[in-house]
Amino acid sequence: MVIDMNAKGTVFKYGDNVDTDVIIPARYLNSSDPAELAAHCMEDIDGNFIKQVKKGDIIVAEKNFGCGSSREHAPIAIKAAGVSCVIAETFARIFYRNAINIGLPIIECPEASRGIENGDEVEVNFDTGVITDVTKGTSFQGQAFPEFMQKIIASEGLINYINSK
Amino acid sequence: MTQKILAAAAGLEKVEAGQLIEAKLDLVLGNDITSPVAIKEMDKFTVKGVFDKDKIALVPDHFVPNKDIKSAEHCRCVREFAKKNEITNYFEVGEMGIEHALLPEKGLTVAGDVIIGADSHTCTYGALGAFSTGVGSTDMAAGMATGKAWFKVPAALKFRLTGKPAKWVSGKDVILHIIGMIGVDGALYKSMEFVGDGIANLSMDDRFTIANMAIEAGGKNGIFPVDEKARQYMAEHSSRSYKVFEADPDAVYDGEYTVDLSTLRPTVAFPHLPENTHTLDEIKAMDPIAVDQVVIGSCTNGRLEDLRTAAEVLKGRHVAKGMRCIVIPATQAIYLQAMEEGLLKTFIEAGAVVSTPTCGPCLGGYMGILAEGERCVSTTNRNFVGRMGHVTSEIYLASPAVAAASAVTGRISGPEDL
Repeated sequence: MVIDMNAKGTVFKYGDNVDTDVIIPARYLNSSDPAELAAHCMEDIDGNFIKQVKKGDIIVAEKNFGCGSSREHAPIAIKAAGVSCVIAETFARIFYRNAINIGLPIIECPEASRGIENGDEVEVNFDTGVITDVTKGTSFQGQAFPEFMQKIIASEGLINYINSK
Repeated sequence: MTQKILAAAAGLEKVEAGQLIEAKLDLVLGNDITSPVAIKEMDKFTVKGVFDKDKIALVPDHFVPNKDIKSAEHCRCVREFAKKNEITNYFEVGEMGIEHALLPEKGLTVAGDVIIGADSHTCTYGALGAFSTGVGSTDMAAGMATGKAWFKVPAALKFRLTGKPAKWVSGKDVILHIIGMIGVDGALYKSMEFVGDGIANLSMDDRFTIANMAIEAGGKNGIFPVDEKARQYMAEHSSRSYKVFEADPDAVYDGEYTVDLSTLRPTVAFPHLPENTHTLDEIKAMDPIAVDQVVIGSCTNGRLEDLRTAAEVLKGRHVAKGMRCIVIPATQAIYLQAMEEGLLKTFIEAGAVVSTPTCGPCLGGYMGILAEGERCVSTTNRNFVGRMGHVTSEIYLASPAVAAASAVTGRISGPEDL
């Protein structure tokens, strides 16, 4: 079964080692409400993010995105802010698991991470793993999502997926 | 060593790096920040209840005693879940401690265990020869419900430790040195396996500190061989039987490093990454770095030995004028022992404050938040932007000895400078 899923949006570009403390500072972790968390997403490195982000937009970063704490609040905040996909050269491992488990699509692709700039319009095809920079007219081959990961994402997370099995 | 533990937990004879496996869990851990999210996820399961009420540990420690109304509600959510599911190892205020200091002390983590915890510093228990790793709340929920977790078997990096560390050089200096050497993603997705005759010269508290910060190099886990000191620790703290795994002589490693402990110097990680390390000797050649606050505590360095070291430095001295020095024993047992040994008296006489066990300031929760532009020398584990307070504040990570000495002088210093 192939699920028809794609992402399309404007890029917010960041560098190496974007940690979970800047994605969602711990001072807001007394809440676990996605909308409340989203309101402070990326606040400590990019105060404009939450003012400008639109549904479907894409985050592109460099090495070790999501390093630090295991707080699932980080991918929850990003997803609730409307982000449709995160592309990075590499992800920290707990963040990687958490993102898949809550159904936030993420792709490792060093070439896309280097080639895409802030503000570019980008499309991602989850079946093929192809990332297209519409602004620049370039495309990159990222890792395609295995079927089980696509199903987890389509089910909006691991628990629903386990229930559906 | 990690691969052998995972193979046994998955019921397989052998596993290889990259293989996806499903392993049985010996313990599933959560705290007051991550558990409420997991408990909400548990409600979605069609099958209700937990897999084993004795193999789940719930430790409210981050914002506890409750720092505000929302935290109080989170803690109540955890408390009610623990009550409803008759969780044996729920630790209320009064018996709680910082989770990664508390669980080994309570004997809940032993060699050969497979442990997941919804807290990134769950890797601490590798000091006892267990496989333990941090996960998120959804994995915690699935673990509590099913008693299993899927893992991608990690490749391993070997760190051969030789020699004996000098006076004032501790486990914190060893791990900061290693992170400085390999970087914050130097062990990404990998297991950090410590070997070598230098390990015999490291106390259990040193080893807990080292394994604790494996995550700061991106590691999936950090693990030590089980020697006489580890056996003695487990005999003193646990009634559980344990299983010792040893690496094969022909085990495959992705990389090998040797660290001669006798050559290490007290090491400090500058803002805003744990890899930005400098030795005290390098720091002495720089302009003095003035400090507003010192924190001695956390799952990294709030154990008894850490407090003894800090007290040794502070004994008969006083913290600098205008300096706030905050000491946080990691568990009630450590607190009590520190009191009986007179360490708390030393801290208070030196002008430091002593807090109830809490993660508090380490993650910018409460109990020592930094104002705009303020600087802190801290024995905690992360110095990310805004971690302890204002986005322009700065954290320098160091050992208890350096932190205590810096509290006395008001600038980053070592005990030898006093």
